[in-house]
Amino acid sequence: MKKTLLFITIVLLLATATGCTGPSDSPADNSKDILKIGIALPMEHPSLITIQESIIDELAAQGVDMDINVKNAQGDPSNISTIISQFIGDDVDVIVPIATPTAQAAAAATKDIPIVFAAVSYPVEAGLVTAFDKTDGNITGITNAIAIDETFKLAQTLTPDVKTFGFVYNTGEVNAVSSIERAKEYCDANGLEYKEAIITNTGELQQAAQSLAGKVDAIFSPNDNMVASAMPVLAGEGIRAKLPVYVGADSMVADGGFASVGIDYTILGKQVAQMVIRIIANGEAISDNPIEVVCEYAKIINKTTADQIGAEIPQELLDTFTILE
Amino acid sequence: MSFIAFLGAIELGLVYTLPAFGIFISFRILNIPDLTADGSFVLGAAVSAVLTAAGHPVAGLAAGITAGAAAGLITAILQTKCGIAPILSGILTMTGLYTINLLVMGGRANMPLLNNETVFTLSAALFGDIFYKLELLLFIVTLIFVLYYLFFKTQLGLSIRATGDNEDMVRASSIDTDSTKMVAFAISNATIALSGALVAQMQQSADINMGAGLIVIGLASLIIGDAIIKNKTITRGLLSVIAGAVLYRLLIALILTTNLAPSYLKLISALVVAIAIATPTMKKKFELKKLQKKEASLC
Repeated sequence: MKKTLLFITIVLLLATATGCTGPSDSPADNSKDILKIGIALPMEHPSLITIQESIIDELAAQGVDMDINVKNAQGDPSNISTIISQFIGDDVDVIVPIATPTAQAAAAATKDIPIVFAAVSYPVEAGLVTAFDKTDGNITGITNAIAIDETFKLAQTLTPDVKTFGFVYNTGEVNAVSSIERAKEYCDANGLEYKEAIITNTGELQQAAQSLAGKVDAIFSPNDNMVASAMPVLAGEGIRAKLPVYVGADSMVADGGFASVGIDYTILGKQVAQMVIRIIANGEAISDNPIEVVCEYAKIINKTTADQIGAEIPQELLDTFTILE
Repeated sequence: MSFIAFLGAIELGLVYTLPAFGIFISFRILNIPDLTADGSFVLGAAVSAVLTAAGHPVAGLAAGITAGAAAGLITAILQTKCGIAPILSGILTMTGLYTINLLVMGGRANMPLLNNETVFTLSAALFGDIFYKLELLLFIVTLIFVLYYLFFKTQLGLSIRATGDNEDMVRASSIDTDSTKMVAFAISNATIALSGALVAQMQQSADINMGAGLIVIGLASLIIGDAIIKNKTITRGLLSVIAGAVLYRLLIALILTTNLAPSYLKLISALVVAIAIATPTMKKKFELKKLQKKEASLC
């Protein structure tokens, strides 16, 4: 019984010691000097961290004085809603969720606080908005739908003999699955064949890549977080089988992929910061800020990988693309 | 911690009490580790999301429970009838469920339910818009608590408890331990799936990865609960699970309010759980040392 009392005391102490007050005294009247922004991430991930840093840098560069609170669920989905309710409790002026699960949790938790999401590839499919230009709720943001068509056109310029693509992706990621659906549409329309190799954790990546060797002429992997986090494995298998590996993000080329017309996450972060400033510092309506796509893509080719698989890079691409040695 | 964050933590603690109840049955009562949980949680969420999207949130919960029970039954059959080791049979079901869960959601990894009617919007109409989640979750947790309490006093419930204590003895009393295990696993995973079904409606989306780390959360709740309430009876055991689950969530919320770098979250939560478990033992050792010293000085 003593223990039960102890537990109740602990809970009550936690509640009072942390300045927990009733919901009645919402501080609507006292004007705030410093704007508060809450950034939520679902996990530690190179691209998502790049976005986070870019947002913070751009806010500072624009000279906006903000109280920035960054929280990361560290890969535990149940922590996301704790983070969001904390932001709401702290009365932030804007919530910036990075990636789909955090954006959905924020959308479910509040209909009043403005939400500017970053890196949700398919906001309509994710149920956040009904259309890109219909931001009549409290949600808008920057989407990172990848340039599938451009990537395939690049593939046909760089490696014109490729007739069959092997798709490597994680079925558990809505962004990857949607990108693959569009890739299939492109292949069907342009008379290209494709085979699929699916992974559900990074440990399966090597076998998935090997299963494609000999059956396909090139590999394509979209902006898939799971593949991205084990990219050196896929790159290594590609080089061994002398297959060009086309990918959906610049970081994946840096990790040994062959080439990409992909997302530049620094630019994406900048766009998010600028939208945040427009909405909460300049007081623009969310309905006047439709969802934006990333305005500039990272065009990038890995020269080291090109040499290893014996691919020639035409001069005009050497001039227009970023070339990694 | 603000009021809303505090309330959010209590709500999350309550909804994650249910998987801890399920894990309590397998790990504590039966003494068999069951790793189906990560899969059956998402199964409940997926089934509930599909039905909620079709406009039947309450049926979503019921169907989620049924699907979870079926998943538990499969693990139990693999274990008892096919002779597969307990941990492995749980892993097998969990692995297979990944595909099933994708299929349930129509081949997609994520299913949004924003703007759909859920049991929580129904509850908001009843209880107003501040405590509607808390009151509904309190009702459900209390209901499950009472059902568990009553069930484990029945002949079947007692047989399940006995199976965990001494299987050979139970067999000797001509009770079929295979069927007691099947019932126990079905109930355990039904409860876990109910939690998934509720979380999907509460957060207005189901995601294929939402069960990640569920077993760890459940076990942490069990262990923290143990440190608060000694579990000798079923009632106290279940009460300790509720206390543990809520306290665990409050701790996470508290760590998140601090201004530490986000990457420290896991290490600190591990430390806090370790301290919670170690404190009673350390206290005993300390008191023992004191007694020994006293004795030595007396001699």
